[in-house]
Parts: sequence; C-alpha cells; structure tokens
Amino acid sequence: MKTTPDNSGDVRLSGISKTYDNGFTAVQPLDLTVPEGSFFALLGASGCGKTTTLRMIAGLEDPSSGTVCLGDQDVTHLPPYKRPVNTVFQSYALFPHLDIFENVAFGLRRRGLKSVKKQVEEMLDLVQLGEQARKKPHQLSGGQQQRVAVARALINHPRVLLLDEPLGALDLKLRRQMQLELKRIQTEVGITFVHVTHDQEEAMTMADTVAVMNAGRVEQLGSPSALYENPNTTFVANFLGTSNLIEAEVDTKNGDDLVLRAGGGKLVLPQARCSGPTTAGAKVLVGVRPEKIALTHADDAGTVPEGRNRVTGKIADASFIGVSTQYVIDTPVCDEFEVYVQNVERDGRLVPGADVVLHWSPAHTFGLDAAQDIGAGTEEEAAA
Amino acid sequence: MSTLTEAPPPLAPAEPEGKPPRKRGRFTPYWLLLPGMLWLVVFFALPMIYQASTSVQTGSLEDGYNVTWHFATYWDALAEYWPQFLRSVFYAAAATVLCLLLGYPLAYLIAFRAGRWRNLIMILVIAPFFTSFLIRTLAWKTILADNGPVVHALNSLHILDLTDFLGWTAGDRVLATPLAVVCGLTYNFLPFMILPLYTSLERIDGRLHEAAGDLYAKPWTTFRKVTFPLSMPGVVSGTLLTFIPAAGDYVNSELLGSTDTRMIGNVIQTQFLRILDYPTAAALSFILMAAILAMVTIYIRRSGTEDLV
Repeated sequence: MKTTPDNSGDVRLSGISKTYDNGFTAVQPLDLTVPEGSFFALLGASGCGKTTTLRMIAGLEDPSSGTVCLGDQDVTHLPPYKRPVNTVFQSYALFPHLDIFENVAFGLRRRGLKSVKKQVEEMLDLVQLGEQARKKPHQLSGGQQQRVAVARALINHPRVLLLDEPLGALDLKLRRQMQLELKRIQTEVGITFVHVTHDQEEAMTMADTVAVMNAGRVEQLGSPSALYENPNTTFVANFLGTSNLIEAEVDTKNGDDLVLRAGGGKLVLPQARCSGPTTAGAKVLVGVRPEKIALTHADDAGTVPEGRNRVTGKIADASFIGVSTQYVIDTPVCDEFEVYVQNVERDGRLVPGADVVLHWSPAHTFGLDAAQDIGAGTEEEAAA
Repeated sequence: MSTLTEAPPPLAPAEPEGKPPRKRGRFTPYWLLLPGMLWLVVFFALPMIYQASTSVQTGSLEDGYNVTWHFATYWDALAEYWPQFLRSVFYAAAATVLCLLLGYPLAYLIAFRAGRWRNLIMILVIAPFFTSFLIRTLAWKTILADNGPVVHALNSLHILDLTDFLGWTAGDRVLATPLAVVCGLTYNFLPFMILPLYTSLERIDGRLHEAAGDLYAKPWTTFRKVTFPLSMPGVVSGTLLTFIPAAGDYVNSELLGSTDTRMIGNVIQTQFLRILDYPTAAALSFILMAAILAMVTIYIRRSGTEDLV
C-alpha cells in the first residue's frame, strides 16, 4: 500500500482483454482511462464484458493480454489482496458469520490496524447504520446490506472503488434513493468510482463519464449528455433511450450542413454531428430522439417554421402516460416513428388516424454510418 | 356501551364465544408422525427400557435374573473397566482428529477445486461402502501385516522407532498396536467426516472468498477468518458422526488390535456374548451413552454453532 500522494491516480487499462479457457472472449483488447476522482460508469447489457473488465481491475480475473495501471503502478500481476482497490459486490458478499461492525472492520484488521473502533463508527455513521453495528447481515434489509457493503469497501480508502451492479437487487424506489446516496458519498470522499450497470438511467444519473460496452468492446465513451445527444453508433442510439433512425443518402453539402435525401423528402444534418460518411451519395442513418420532435396537424402545416426538418405521416397509435403522450406515427421514411409530446397544450385533433407533420430542429439530428445493424441495442434494452 | 357500565366484570377472562371452526387435516401431522414413532418405540424405547431394567438386576444365568435395583453394578463396572473407557475416548478422539486432518483438505478440494472431477471424487469417497465393513477392516490386516510393504517402509524410514517410543506401536509391528486400531477407526469413519464437511463447505458462497481477498486477506487468512468459521457446522457434525460411533466401536480393536487395545465396545461385547453377565454389560452400555451425551453437549455448547446461519 503506497501512501505517498500521487497526482496521477488514473486507472489506465491498456490493450486489456479476456478470453476464457472455453474460447469465449468476454473482453476484446480495450484501452480505457478513468480519471482520478471521477464517477465512471461501464454500461452495457449482460454479457457485454463490463463485469469482466471490472474484475480485471480488482484482480479477481487475470487478463489474457494488456496491463492494468493505477497511477504509475502496474498492478496487472498483483493478487487482489495487494491492490489498493476495493469492490462492492453485486450480491454484497457480506460475511454472514460476522456482525456489521466486524464486516466493516475486516479490511482494516487485515492490514494490521489494532484500534479500528473510531474509524468503523465514523464509516457506519456516513452510511447511516451506526445503530446496526452489532447486528448480523441477514438481520438487515437489502438497502442496509448494500450500504454495509459500500462502507466495508470505502473504509479502506481505496484508490478506486469498484461497484458491480450494486443496486441490482433493490426495488425501484430504493434504487433511486441509493443512486443519490452513492453520488453523495462519492462527492464527499472524492475517491474514483467505477460503476458497472445495465441500467442506462442509473449510469446517466450518477456518472460523470459513461462507457457504453457491447460485445466486449467500448462502443462510445463520453458524458451522459454527449452520449445521449450525439450517439456514434446505432447500438448507443438504441440502448441509451430511444431513437428514430431513418435511412438516407447524402445529397449535397450546404456550408456546415449536409442535405440528405430520405423517402422523397430532404433532411438537414450538421456535418459535425455525423459520425458516418459525408461524401455525396453515401448512405447514412439519420437519427432523432422522440422528445425532440414536435407534432402539427396536417391542416396547420403552413405554421411550421422554415428551416426545420419535416416528415409527414399518419398517427398509428397514441398512449397517454401522464407527463407526456407517446405517439407512434406511420411515415414514408420510417414505419414506427416515435414521438413524445409534453402534455402542455394538447391538440384534440391528434388522435390515431390523423395526418400530421413531424418537425424538429436540424441541431437535434445526428447521423450514423448506415453500414451497421439498425436494430442493434433495441433487444438488449428490452431485456434489461 | 354506556348502558353496560354497571354490569359486573366477567368472571372468566375473555371466554371465546364458540369453539373455533374445526380445521380439516388438523391431525395430519400426527398421522405422518405415527410410523416413525412406532418404529422408535418398538426398536429404541422398548429395548432401552429393557436394558435399563437389566442393568439393575441381580442373579445368575442358572437361577434367572430379578430386578433388585442393584445400582452397585454401575460402580463396579466403572471401577473395573475405567481404563477401557478412557482408551475408547482417547482412540476415538485420535481417530476424529485424524479424520478431520485428512478429510478437511479433501472436502475443500471437492467443494472448491475439483471442477468436473467433483462427482468422480465423491463416488470414490463413498465407494468403500459397497463392500462390507468387516471385509474392509480385515483388508487392513493385510495392509499392516508384519512383512507387508507398509511396515517395511515405516521401518526403513525409522518412523516405527518414533511410534515405538511414543507407545503407539511395539517392536517393529503395527498390527495389534494402538496405531493399527486408530488407523482402522480413521479409515472406517473418514467418509462420515468428509460428507458433512463437504456439504457445509459447498454451501459457502465463492464470492465471500473473493470479497475477503479484495479486503486484503491473504489466501491463508481468508481460510482462517472466513472459510473455516463458515464450515463449523460441518466440522461439528463431522466430528460427532466420527467420534460417537468410534467411541463405541469394537470391530477395529477386535480385528486390528490386541488384548492391550481393548475398547469399551469389546468389553460390552464380551460381557454380553461370552461371559453372559447381562447386568454389567447393560450398565456399561448406559455409562458409555451417558458419557458420550455429556461430552457432546459440552462440545456443541462450546463450539457455538447455533449462532451460525
């Protein structure tokens, strides 16, 4: 355990990969840097390699290639008990034969500290479990056990705290509460958190940086808003929220914008927001998020401002869900165009069967390479 | 209610107004208990009562025995045979410790490291049960024979000198010594140690080992602080399943030992079947039972396994 202050406490994974004995490659060679003090989320569906990546940082899994560095220290070949890293396990893995106090004190005692009482009590207070110190883990609720698991890891002041789906076993309400709690603790202690989750909302709420993983690769890395507003792959577009994707072809360039042909109409896309090819004639997928779209009844088509992307269609389905109404619209460019409209001023004419104009700002449009599966990521989200 | 304020308080506290509706199947648990209880009464309770009455009888084989409440039989039996009692406890304890030392690593291996070999090793552990207890014990006579390879090897390694010195063996022989009896006991009761150990080790969540490692516990520390405490239920039931039958065993001493290694089981057997002194035999049986019961109670209290989940 090095105690010397170290400015570069980043977690650096270089070319790290994992292939199991049975030939299954869980993680493709991967480079990843987690900045010191950040809340970093690895997001993906089950089996995408996110947990394996985490376990390689913890030392619970040997990488098949590549190195793991914490700051300037290469820990690739260190066993877990020699790494300045602690893990909050998915099932908490609390020691059932020890009480809460001893569970939390476990790491300190293993490092030979004699007087642990003060530290343990402080830590239990931090996670609001001071009263439960002498209970056994099975006497606590799921949320309390989860907090014990966090306290047990945090008390060691690890360079990095690894969280493996720590909220997976909690019900929705408690999960929301714990998300805020974890975020609060992270801000308070300033330790680097690496959080593995399949819940895109959880990742976006908590993390500064999210890495979306798919099939052992990092699909895209960035801040939650950057990932959501400007996904680079269809997987990210579909896995993170919902996207409407339109097959289109680049027609001309107009300044910083691309003009695209789609189903007889024209769409405008800022070139900077296109991760696909931009040469004339190239096939791209045009994407737009459902809540960015406005709906206008066909009779009022003239009121739609100039310069907005527009698509005509017929409402196939409308479902009222309180804060918004979700429409499914049959359009020539896309069979099931999804549109979420806030319930502020509801237009009574917008019922199934009505002809409508969908329009949105080009700035909310993103472009993807058409040479990928348009449905990637939709299945996974449904499963997760 | 106000009109009732003057009414005297009821004499019987809260008498129910009517009988609760009779539930169907109220007697089902008792019906299910019946066969087992019958079995227990016929083959356990009645013989126990019979033996208890035998132990306080006096008389002779020719004149017949009568219940005279002659409790002195107990003291006489204890006074005469206490060395065999002590020896039984000592041999059984030695065999139990050996079983634990041999069985724990194997149970650990099967539970955590055997992978696809797990079932095969389990079968190998149980396989000896396919042959008779007697045959297997007799086989040890051959294994430990004076001119056999085991004795030769121990001799040339000078281990026998050491065991001779400790009094476990005598004069270049293993057979007919305490060592042979303890070896036989260990061998015969080893599976009874391994199986409960395996069961309790196998129940331990492997992630607890990972968690311990993650919290700076070296592998050996993980074993001491996590694995072993969690396997205590298996250790307790394994040692009981080994110690109790081993303490009452007479076959191993009979076949592998000598007159100097007689255990209490041998004494009881001789009293019953050769000397035909039924009261002494019965008294000895009860003393053995009481002694084991007392030791087991203290042991379970001490090990504190009730606390384990």
